[in-house]
Amino acid sequence: MSAFRKPGRGAVNTAVSVNFTFDGKKYTGVKGDTLASALIANGVHLMGRSFKYHRPRGPVGAGSEEPNALVVVDRGTGRESVNLRATSVEIFDGMVARSQNSFPNLKFDIGAFNNTFSLFFPAGFYNKTFMWPKSFWDKVYEPFIRNMAGLGPAPTAVDPDSYASSYGHCEVLIVGGGPAGIAAALQAAKSGERVILVDERVKIGGSLIDAPNCEIDGKPAADWLAAAVKTLGKAANVTVMNRTTAIGYYHDNFVALNQRLTDHIANPKDGAPREETHRIRAGKVILAQGAIERPLVFNGNDVPGVMLAGAGQTFLNRYGVAVGHEVAVFTSHDSAYQAAFDLADANIRIPVIIDVRDDIRADLRAEAERRGIDIAAGQVVSKTSGKLRITGLEIYDPQSGAKRTVKCDALLMSGGWTPSLHLWSHSKGGIKWDADMAAYVPDVANENAVCAGACNGDFGIAAALTGGNKAAGGRKSYSVTERDFGTGVTLDSLPNYIKDTKQKAFVDFQNDVTEKDIKLAVREGFKSIEHVKRYTTNGMATDQGKTSNLNALQIASKAVDKPVEKVGLTTFRPPYTPTTFAALIGHCEGKLFDVKRVTPIDPWARERGAVYEPVGNWMRARYFPQEGEDMHAAVRRECVATRESLGIFDASTLGKIEVVGPDAAKFMNLIYSNPWSSLKVGGCRYGLMLNEAGFIYDDGVVGRMAEDRFHVTTTTGGAPRVFRHMEDYLQTEFTDLDVWLTSATEQWSVIALNGPNARKLIEPFVDGIDLSPESFGHMQVRTGKICGVETRLFRVSFSGELGFEINVPSHFGRAVWETLFEAGQPYDITPYGTETMHVLRAEKGFIIVGQDTDGTVTPHDAGLSWAVSKKKKDFVGRRSLKRSDLVAQGRKQLVGLLPEDDSVLLEEGAQIVADPNQALPMTMLGHVTSSYYSDALGRPIAMALVADGFNLNDQTLYVPMPGKTHAVKVTGTAFYDPKGERLNVV
Amino acid sequence: MKFSAASLFANALSGHKKWPEQFPNKEPKSRYDVVIVGAGGHGLGAAYYLAKKHGITNVAVIEKGWLGGGNTGRNTTIIRSNYLFDESAALYDHAVDLWDGLSQELNYNIMFSKRGVLMLAHNVHDVQSFTRHVHANRLNGVDNKWLTPEECKDFCPPLDISQNRRYPVMGGALQMRAGTARHDSVAWGYARAASKLGVDIIQNCAVTGIRRAPSGEVTGVETQKGFIGAGKIGVSAAGNTSVIMEMAGIRMPLESFPLQALVSEPIKPVFPCVVMSNAVHAYISQSDKGELVLGAGTDQYTSYSQRGALHISEHNISAICEIFPIFRRQRMLRSWGGVVDVTHDRSPILGKTPVPGLYVNCGWGTGGFKATPGAADMLAHTIAHDSPHRINAPYTLQRFATGRLIDEAAAAAVEH
Amino acid sequence: MMLIHCPYCEEKRPEIEFAYAGEAHIHRPVKDADDMTDEEWSHFMFLRDNKRGDHAERWWHANGCNMFFNAVRNTVTDKFLVTYKMGELPPKASASNAKLPAAKKTGGAK
Repeated sequence: MSAFRKPGRGAVNTAVSVNFTFDGKKYTGVKGDTLASALIANGVHLMGRSFKYHRPRGPVGAGSEEPNALVVVDRGTGRESVNLRATSVEIFDGMVARSQNSFPNLKFDIGAFNNTFSLFFPAGFYNKTFMWPKSFWDKVYEPFIRNMAGLGPAPTAVDPDSYASSYGHCEVLIVGGGPAGIAAALQAAKSGERVILVDERVKIGGSLIDAPNCEIDGKPAADWLAAAVKTLGKAANVTVMNRTTAIGYYHDNFVALNQRLTDHIANPKDGAPREETHRIRAGKVILAQGAIERPLVFNGNDVPGVMLAGAGQTFLNRYGVAVGHEVAVFTSHDSAYQAAFDLADANIRIPVIIDVRDDIRADLRAEAERRGIDIAAGQVVSKTSGKLRITGLEIYDPQSGAKRTVKCDALLMSGGWTPSLHLWSHSKGGIKWDADMAAYVPDVANENAVCAGACNGDFGIAAALTGGNKAAGGRKSYSVTERDFGTGVTLDSLPNYIKDTKQKAFVDFQNDVTEKDIKLAVREGFKSIEHVKRYTTNGMATDQGKTSNLNALQIASKAVDKPVEKVGLTTFRPPYTPTTFAALIGHCEGKLFDVKRVTPIDPWARERGAVYEPVGNWMRARYFPQEGEDMHAAVRRECVATRESLGIFDASTLGKIEVVGPDAAKFMNLIYSNPWSSLKVGGCRYGLMLNEAGFIYDDGVVGRMAEDRFHVTTTTGGAPRVFRHMEDYLQTEFTDLDVWLTSATEQWSVIALNGPNARKLIEPFVDGIDLSPESFGHMQVRTGKICGVETRLFRVSFSGELGFEINVPSHFGRAVWETLFEAGQPYDITPYGTETMHVLRAEKGFIIVGQDTDGTVTPHDAGLSWAVSKKKKDFVGRRSLKRSDLVAQGRKQLVGLLPEDDSVLLEEGAQIVADPNQALPMTMLGHVTSSYYSDALGRPIAMALVADGFNLNDQTLYVPMPGKTHAVKVTGTAFYDPKGERLNVV
Repeated sequence: MKFSAASLFANALSGHKKWPEQFPNKEPKSRYDVVIVGAGGHGLGAAYYLAKKHGITNVAVIEKGWLGGGNTGRNTTIIRSNYLFDESAALYDHAVDLWDGLSQELNYNIMFSKRGVLMLAHNVHDVQSFTRHVHANRLNGVDNKWLTPEECKDFCPPLDISQNRRYPVMGGALQMRAGTARHDSVAWGYARAASKLGVDIIQNCAVTGIRRAPSGEVTGVETQKGFIGAGKIGVSAAGNTSVIMEMAGIRMPLESFPLQALVSEPIKPVFPCVVMSNAVHAYISQSDKGELVLGAGTDQYTSYSQRGALHISEHNISAICEIFPIFRRQRMLRSWGGVVDVTHDRSPILGKTPVPGLYVNCGWGTGGFKATPGAADMLAHTIAHDSPHRINAPYTLQRFATGRLIDEAAAAAVEH
Repeated sequence: MMLIHCPYCEEKRPEIEFAYAGEAHIHRPVKDADDMTDEEWSHFMFLRDNKRGDHAERWWHANGCNMFFNAVRNTVTDKFLVTYKMGELPPKASASNAKLPAAKKTGGAK
């Protein structure tokens, strides 16, 4: 047992030792230790280096507010956790921990040369220099600054751990398991409602563990706590979650919790989640987050061994560890006396309590006297000695000017307490300045929330218990025997005889912001607290200013000479403490990152080795390569086979919407730009849909299944937005129409057969439909059966060949597909993917909405004027189409392009100019939207949007590419079989 | 006092006691030639250019909060100009030209870092769209080049280009001249430079009304500190533009949405550039402090609350970890929200208004920071000449009537 | 994540079930559209109150009952004051509703 361990003290189990390493050195702690408490027990305070000056640092706090003691815990490849607060890290047997931000090692860190020149690196220094010569910025200064950046090491491998995710509901959520939170939970438990109590630490109890020197209802605090824990444990309606941080408070009592599950376990089970994020919707939220102690801002306050008084008390009472053998105390608040007395009672020598105040409360003075503790009232610490650990301090009496030195190996400090308003502020609860307490306290709530205990400005165990009980609707008053928590004073700066240029009084320890920096910021005109924060970086470190914000505010307020409340307070931002990305992602990563939609026929394509492309949420087969084929070769083969005999294509991803009702045709007339009333039952028509701005929104073939029923198809990616678009107009504009819309995309599998042998293939399988061309012409739809399965059979073609689109109920899709594929072998039936589909349609000049059009293209631009009704009085987009710019000359219009050199395949997206020899910036006429090699035509073809393109037929334009310019001839877009004769094959 | 290594050294020796105020906070005079509403980068920059380039120094910038406290201080600082349309390329590239010498011009290091912005393509549609951008940019003289997935990985080593991801990387468009800058410094640098030229910066002074003469032209602004006369008024109030313009009786084609961003804890340098991905919808860079800076899209509803929902941040992080799974063990340090004003075509409005003497600069949506110097320069020019510059001439309010929109988002279209 | 009361489902549901659908009570001119100038038409198309304060807006219960409905929400606090069905005018129950432009009788859009 080390000299700093206090057997019999603390909530740790000294019977179980725990071995770990820190920076390669072996140490032993006990079960229940944090890394910080175990190291302190071994006499080690030096645990980290600061961000800017690389100054040696030890823990200032004992919990998650810690700014200094940041470490790496290394659990193997991909399992390096960085920037962890040693004060929150629970040790386990075999733990490997390291310090960070130092080189070559923690005791000797080259980066500390920054400290030597710190005079030249005041707040905002980088704004003032590194500007000359200009070229040095990119090459020298900026790389240098960036190389100095960062705290913990960057990851080198992907984290293999898993993380869990859940949603929950409760009537009462209590954040903070100190006396206020426990009292609230005990009261809320009685209602029978669902209660959740969360606490970020290992055990609930809060100050009842950290400062247990009191009696509640006649029982020692520890006994009362044990009974309370038991009661809550038994209550079926109460869930107590330890190691759980409420990280953020969002709209309507939505609170996110991060629970740490395995970081404290030596050998977690394989696959056990490391953390879990719980998203809780609570009826009421009781915030009992407590308060965080403020450091005193004095010269030399950052030497390892200088820490908050409450932290020293916590190390003793929670972990059974003495932070030193000779522990001086420096305070402006009564509460530090309690720490001093607790330590003294554990036989730790307290050489002196230095109190900035002249008048010391009589009972405290008496208690100190009884313990033989010297009190230096009305005096301050003017400097400290020691580099890697405090060795002593100098006491200065500003009235007499007297100075004396005291030896110590630790110094506890207290500048008073700051109620934790973090979650309250996330919820947009109001705050007000309490001048007596020199702190902000909660004001008006914005959500159904209430604060209790220290975070409400109610200090002491009795106030916490009563406040917690009341917050949960109780009226109990607790009888508590405790030392009066007391009061304090705040000083914006402490008197010192040393010139302030020679002082180093830190406010934000991690970011090395000193009192001087804050005053400099104000001097330079940064007078709002947000300016001070941003200019000095105070409060922007990984602790988010938990220990520094109020001190900075006081100093700034004095420097600006305005009351604190006029200087403002920086906004609290979630999360309360840093939260692992993967825990926030939950399961939404990898394969579950986004929904992946596949068709019923998809497994067949996968077995055939199809290459896929993502389209919206869908994965679509792009082509079916055979041995040795690249995409180009596969697509050429697929195209030729389809045009010569028969191709089969899975078109199931097409969006499908069933439009039904007495007013269905009226609705179609309003939603599409072309007319629908004249379409007979059994007929199909190409439908063109515009948005209200008059631009092409979607397209697809629509079949009229009955007078009151349309089978609408949309583009694959467009289905959800088209459905919304339709519902929006139906429900909010065309409200007098009696129409129902049903998304049917997943209901139908769609098998597209294209090629001269398409009819021959299906003939033997079709029942109830006369397939003869006379009876079933192009652009017709019939219902009947195929392979014994109900079908909506469309005779349509997106390839220019004889084509059928066979709709069958989804679960029969693969069976029908396989039957047809088998039967198609005599025709060399060839499965093809989206790429071949694109080539075949381009040869016909059919557009793909979103490729050949974008959101700036009108039907007229796309050569689809025929699909815009001139008779209809209203349809979506009609009025906008008449806007002056939409009818102006020179709009970009969709044309065909034939490269003059027919070995040239134009690049999609390539730009088109009239004069290739002009200087940059060139006047661009438009761009290539689609470009393919066409076997049917024996040459490359392209489509393009070109300014005034319809008037440029047969003219030569140019496509300037890097290193070479291609001449192209403007043509129409119907490259292949312009008269559509191939549809008539018998 | 000129900022330099020498002045830093000299001041260090005197304990940094002699640095003057960078931008004195003034009480308003009764009248100014020009009042700019909104002390963000755009508004402060406009005041600077009015004084510097047009000799108009009797200028006040009025701010309801603290200068640089709106979107200037809340954005993810990405600067790029690889836009598709000529109008956009001209505007944003003009801004990048100004960014390039801004530290020296302002004598204030705004830390413009040309680390390159890489926009990833994850599907065939992205590839088509980005190659269209690359070719258009090339012929417009804007740098932007296409990288294969392997070249993307070389440029940004943390990138996962394995083809078994949900959205595998199919390539990327890289603008090398693009990058980031230190957002606060931009506001401070302009504020200091404008102050030196005689511009009054008046903070904590909300505008409550715009006063107009019977003949219609503006005569000044009502504020918390009383009436301030103005010959001309430039409104550059980002998310609050609709509210200010309503005071002059003008209804705007704007909606204001919450936009959130977040940073990780600082880690050692690992991420050398800026990466954006439209398909997974997120972007990332690493600050000079070491924090990973992440952004994504807006919340769906209009709001002025500067508060957003957790699921937006969650999606942002999951999108970044989809392309950079190596970051999944990093920790979110801080998230925050701003209010962005968005037009129908996602392009700004920068020019005159129907009210004589009233000018507006708004509608920058999620992309206003990158335009800061360019927008400021154009706003100053338009105010000084009562007529827009060639570069901002297309960005009128009238385009919403004629339909001559500058719709970059629509041009990127959607998947088919 | 906000909770939104769907007036059709008659219960509060989380925001992710809903899609925001823009400002409410914007009249879509049909009969007079042809006589309107481009300028006038653009008012319908693009001009929005974008109110800082109580804002009448539309929501779609996309992952729920599929109904569009109206709401008044304060855009500074993000608190919903009321939600109501399409075709209804905002209930007068809340004093703040009196300020609504929505009281205008509208033709198409509700």
